[in-house]
Amino acid sequence: MSELLVLRPGPMVTLQDLGRVGLMHQGIPESGAMDPEALMLANLLAGNDPGEACLEFAMFAGVFRFTAAARLAVAGGTFRASCNGVPFPVGRSIDVPEGAEVEIGPADDATWGYLAISAGFAVEPVLGSRSTHVRFALGPIPRVLTAGDRLPLRLGTLQEGPRRRATQGRQPPQARAIRVVLGPQDDRFTDEAISTFLAGTYWLTAKFDRMACRLDGPRLAHRDGADIVSDGIAYGSIQVPGDGLPLVLLADRQTTGGYPKIATIIGADLYRLVQRRPGAPIRFVAITTEEAEAAWRRHVAARNTRLAAVRDLAPPSPASAAGMMIGP
Amino acid sequence: MIVEDEEMKPEVRFRAAGDRHLVAELADVIDPSINRRVVALAAALERQRVVGIIDLLPTYRSLLVHYDPLVAGRGLLENVILRAFGNLTVDMSGAGKRWRIPVVYGGAHGPDLDEVAARHGITTDEVIALHSGAEYRIFMIGFAPGYAYLGGLPPALHTPRRPAPRLSAPAGTISIGGQQASIASVPLPTGWNLLGRTPVKAFDPMRADPFLFAAGDTVAFTPVGQPEFERLQVGIERGSITSEAFHA
Repeated sequence: MSELLVLRPGPMVTLQDLGRVGLMHQGIPESGAMDPEALMLANLLAGNDPGEACLEFAMFAGVFRFTAAARLAVAGGTFRASCNGVPFPVGRSIDVPEGAEVEIGPADDATWGYLAISAGFAVEPVLGSRSTHVRFALGPIPRVLTAGDRLPLRLGTLQEGPRRRATQGRQPPQARAIRVVLGPQDDRFTDEAISTFLAGTYWLTAKFDRMACRLDGPRLAHRDGADIVSDGIAYGSIQVPGDGLPLVLLADRQTTGGYPKIATIIGADLYRLVQRRPGAPIRFVAITTEEAEAAWRRHVAARNTRLAAVRDLAPPSPASAAGMMIGP
Repeated sequence: MIVEDEEMKPEVRFRAAGDRHLVAELADVIDPSINRRVVALAAALERQRVVGIIDLLPTYRSLLVHYDPLVAGRGLLENVILRAFGNLTVDMSGAGKRWRIPVVYGGAHGPDLDEVAARHGITTDEVIALHSGAEYRIFMIGFAPGYAYLGGLPPALHTPRRPAPRLSAPAGTISIGGQQASIASVPLPTGWNLLGRTPVKAFDPMRADPFLFAAGDTVAFTPVGQPEFERLQVGIERGSITSEAFHA
């Protein structure tokens, strides 16, 4: 069987797809790609269904070896990638030969990246998804990848057809303030805390993982203390514990918790948070739920347009195509 | 089934949670009658198969609704939820499943049993009698897969959390914190007081039905010795003892 050998992995490499949806009532968060559009793009470039499982990595993926020729694609940011020491561009598919050593280093413009391999990994879903949740040991590969791991690939031969490239990019994550909807417990903060939260500048810290991302900046004062009776936690919820510093809860978050949540980052802007680099400044702007729902509808439409704009890299020449069709 | 007076019904208060989640809050207290309504509301919406609702997470006192705004918006869903709440009948006898869960108390399985007894000025046998003599309601499945938060801990056992949390307690750990009790489903750090351990697996992703409990179920504990714990553990591992064995 053809395999992907993990030689020197980055610090946070896991298998992810689009997650397990609809199990929060069982205590299970969605998991899945931190940047779903980037995962879908990597898959489309590699010739896969958009929701196929990819290797997701934070900062850099590291070094891997392919035991068979494969088609692959990297997306999420301009990660520095090479095959057998020769750099290759990301955002388009590439065919690598048997025994190829592929290295994916860091990017200046992103944190989370995706390595898609044509036909995907030969592993079975757990609870409806191939996504890894490390803390709960969920998924067919229920932990972070380490050196020496061997992941089975579905296809040992090259994907048929032309390679592909992305032709439409999205707005860079830092291009605008991150939109939030205040609540569910904004009434548990002082008026001053709400205005500080919306007027102040926060910074992404290096304390982030798939569960949460800690922010630094002006502290936010609670009304009536920092304890509430536990309730559900939405994806993108901004929780403020007793120290007054916001914590954004993400794909692998706990499903319930007892700290007040001042606001929720809208779905359309989650990538703007997670794809910023540690140390980047963050500003928040509040909109209504109805505006946020409309923003999500626009985001999905624009995302689908971008994903549909994946083009063949090297179409067969008209001459050879015509030649094929000439009969005896 | 008992249908209560309209006057006694709490109001639904909607709280914003972004563009894909909505909180329907009934109260901000831990109260069995509030929790019954939350669970009943979730069940009613589940039965209606409301188009656009992806998931319903009942908690102590509120319902987190995960929805798809490409299908249904908050305004529409609020109306659906209010209508369902208005038509709600709450079975006060408790409509969920009933469980009897074996527990080994003390020793390595319950390292805080002695301290809890000392704190309340009673013997460890009295702690065990109190803990296993009560009937608990599962208020919420949350925090981790299949992790059950129980209400109904006798006041004589209300115990503050430990000042320094433990880095990990194994799956099956039976613990108490404040006025609550819990059954751990996966290994997790915890600041609660560990009384014992059950071989019953509240969560097993490889089992045909991975989740044992649901919010609204009733739980009682039966003290067992170490040999019985091991016998059950082996049977559960082999699949010869199934979840039905623990139905009350």
